[in-house]
Amino acid sequence: MRRQRWQLAALALLAVGGLPAAGAEPAELLARIKAVGREGKGNVEAGKAWRELVRGGPGVLLPTLAALDDASPTAANWLHSAVDAVAERALAEGKPLPGAKLEAFVKEAKHNGRARRLAYEWLTKVDPTAPDRLLPGMLHDPTSAELRRDAVARVLKDAEQLLQKGDKKAATAAYQKAFAAACDKDQVDQAARQLRELGVEADLAAHYGYVRRWMLVAPFDNTKESGYDRANPPEKGVDLSASYAGKNNVKASWTAHATTDPYGVVDLNKALGKQKGATAYAYAVVESPAERPVEVRAGCINAVKVFLNGKLVLGQEEYHHGMRHDQYVGRGVLKKGRNEILVKVCQNEQTEVWAQDWKFQVRLCDGVGAAVPFTVVAPKAGDVKEGK
Amino acid sequence: MKKTLFLRGTCGLATLLLAVTFAVADWPQFRGPGGSGVSGATGLPVTWSKTENVRWKAALPGRGLSCPVIVGGRVYLTANSGSEQQRLHVLCFDEKTGKKLWERQAWATGNTGCHPKTCMAAPTPVTDGERVYALFATADLFCYDRDGNLQWYRSLVGDYPKLSNQVGMAASPVLYKDLLLVPMDNVGASFFAGIDRRTGQNRWKADRPRDINWTTPLVYTNRGRPEVLFQSGQGLYAYDPETGKKRWEFKPPAGSSSIPSPVAGDGTILAPGGGDFLVLRPPEEGGKPEVVWKSNKLRSGYASALYHQGKVYALTGANVLVCVDHASGKELWRERVTGPFAASPVLADGKVYAVSEGGKTSVVDVTGEPKVLAVNEIGETILATPAVSGGAIFLRSDQHLWCFGKK
Repeated sequence: MRRQRWQLAALALLAVGGLPAAGAEPAELLARIKAVGREGKGNVEAGKAWRELVRGGPGVLLPTLAALDDASPTAANWLHSAVDAVAERALAEGKPLPGAKLEAFVKEAKHNGRARRLAYEWLTKVDPTAPDRLLPGMLHDPTSAELRRDAVARVLKDAEQLLQKGDKKAATAAYQKAFAAACDKDQVDQAARQLRELGVEADLAAHYGYVRRWMLVAPFDNTKESGYDRANPPEKGVDLSASYAGKNNVKASWTAHATTDPYGVVDLNKALGKQKGATAYAYAVVESPAERPVEVRAGCINAVKVFLNGKLVLGQEEYHHGMRHDQYVGRGVLKKGRNEILVKVCQNEQTEVWAQDWKFQVRLCDGVGAAVPFTVVAPKAGDVKEGK
Repeated sequence: MKKTLFLRGTCGLATLLLAVTFAVADWPQFRGPGGSGVSGATGLPVTWSKTENVRWKAALPGRGLSCPVIVGGRVYLTANSGSEQQRLHVLCFDEKTGKKLWERQAWATGNTGCHPKTCMAAPTPVTDGERVYALFATADLFCYDRDGNLQWYRSLVGDYPKLSNQVGMAASPVLYKDLLLVPMDNVGASFFAGIDRRTGQNRWKADRPRDINWTTPLVYTNRGRPEVLFQSGQGLYAYDPETGKKRWEFKPPAGSSSIPSPVAGDGTILAPGGGDFLVLRPPEEGGKPEVVWKSNKLRSGYASALYHQGKVYALTGANVLVCVDHASGKELWRERVTGPFAASPVLADGKVYAVSEGGKTSVVDVTGEPKVLAVNEIGETILATPAVSGGAIFLRSDQHLWCFGKK
């Protein structure tokens, strides 16, 4: 009787796919893990596949790393933990990791940058000489921000040592090399600061790819934070010659503005006059020499939306909780030629001293944060005085 | 010897019996058993330093305000690293030796913006002894078994893309029966969820006020029924932990605290307020709580209060440990200690341990007239509340996890 119950239970589990297939191939297990969806959908199956995959030992490391190439952010973390578990247990048991294969994977820039970084970190645990071999060639790594960061850090260190030795010419060259490659703000700023002290100006806004010329229009109504989801006329199509009946029937017309802030910050209070419970739009047309994927990175202390060629690429309805470089990241495609960027910035009615700012910054870069080539064609440079 | 998760006499509301039992030494969640901050452990050290009474210390891969949790001889902890705090770590150490048993990393899927004082490893994990549930301020939620096998994972930002907090989240999840209760107050997709501990899927999800909030929910019993209280700056909200249905809410005129968490004691809830510190008797469903007493002398910046054997202990923002009679609200004594404090105090073995941000722990004998027995300094920044287990106190600094105990 008892045995029958066990058999029935086993059959029931099989009927709902509750038992993993014996000896499933890594590809099948990885597919089951990558099938996880929203709100925990697929968690149970992924958990079973994860355990079976990890039991495969070091042999599954490379397929798991490669599976990160097209994994969703959720699936990527499942795979990351599988790599950690396999490698950690192998080392604890005295088993070797496939160092040569890991190194080859790190070198293949076609792979996902975070996967390459993960492979690099386990490689360096078993081969401490790997950084000296690999990092010099990763100064302009196209997919891994972290590998690139480590490569830049070495050049910055070299530059500092050259400076300490009094070789300003070589130090300047090294800082210029670091500046050209750096994407992370702390490294860019460090290199720029040192270059400035060495008498070389570095154009931070250009380096980051900040859009510095905009057409601005305001005020549209945002009383009681009601305007964020309301599509005002600029969201339905920009006509720079148009005027609008804005908040309280105030006439709103487009005006050209340029910022000289090194981080591309547009202070709307200065550009448009201080307003509360109001929405402003900023519009620019940029030309790209080629079609390419792009990251639209923004900072904004107010509620913000950014549209690229009419498509919403990022939005955040949050007020006065700070603003920082690369605070928000949206992804889209730059067309070859003309591209329209529209930024919606909603100011609320908070009265605290610290809740008065109305400002934003937007830049265009690739996946590691390096500026992509573009030219602002509207407004034109002659439409507005620099530094207004 | 085993005792239930909630220590009798510590959580004065009818003791809630959970399915899982823990050894008296265990410290399974933020502020330990029942979120009380009180441990039944004895034999704790009174003095320590970087070299004295150090059982072990372990280097950490990054910062964290999260506290260690300890069950079954294993210490679980979270940390974050990376130039943008984008790397999330869940670690497991052997309680006796400090040996790292396993570490799992992940990539943050949510925004890593926050106030510079906090970081992504701010919520404290919770464990039932079999599994550990680790939430990060990026709204990434992991469930590992005790050996580091991933059971399930949720990117809550992936699930609810409007979820947003640029200041940093720190509220910790708690357990109720087979549910993980996940606080996720924020200015976007704000919610409180009961998640199945086995599958990681929602059993219920309740909308919450769109506001930032750092308090940890409190599970207790009210008139024989389990209830979970989730306080925010806007008020106190009590839910049925099985269904997420709201039972009652209370909005104090001066608001309520969004940083220190409430604690239960002798049939009441001790709720830090926006103005006064409130002692409330919870109502029947749909009712309003009775305000037993209130005081403006127990206001703290970050630290949550303690209830133990008829007394309330609070660390004020002026670095004073105040003791009040729970029944009457009458102040019994006050003692100056070394602050300032981000961590909440803990009470064990007749002593209150108050850890300052500068890494100085005031050990105060509270069995009679208060007496500062020692101020122990380790010279490292500590923003995390200590854990107590096995005759040892565990401090988590920005650099290390320390275990202090008599050898």
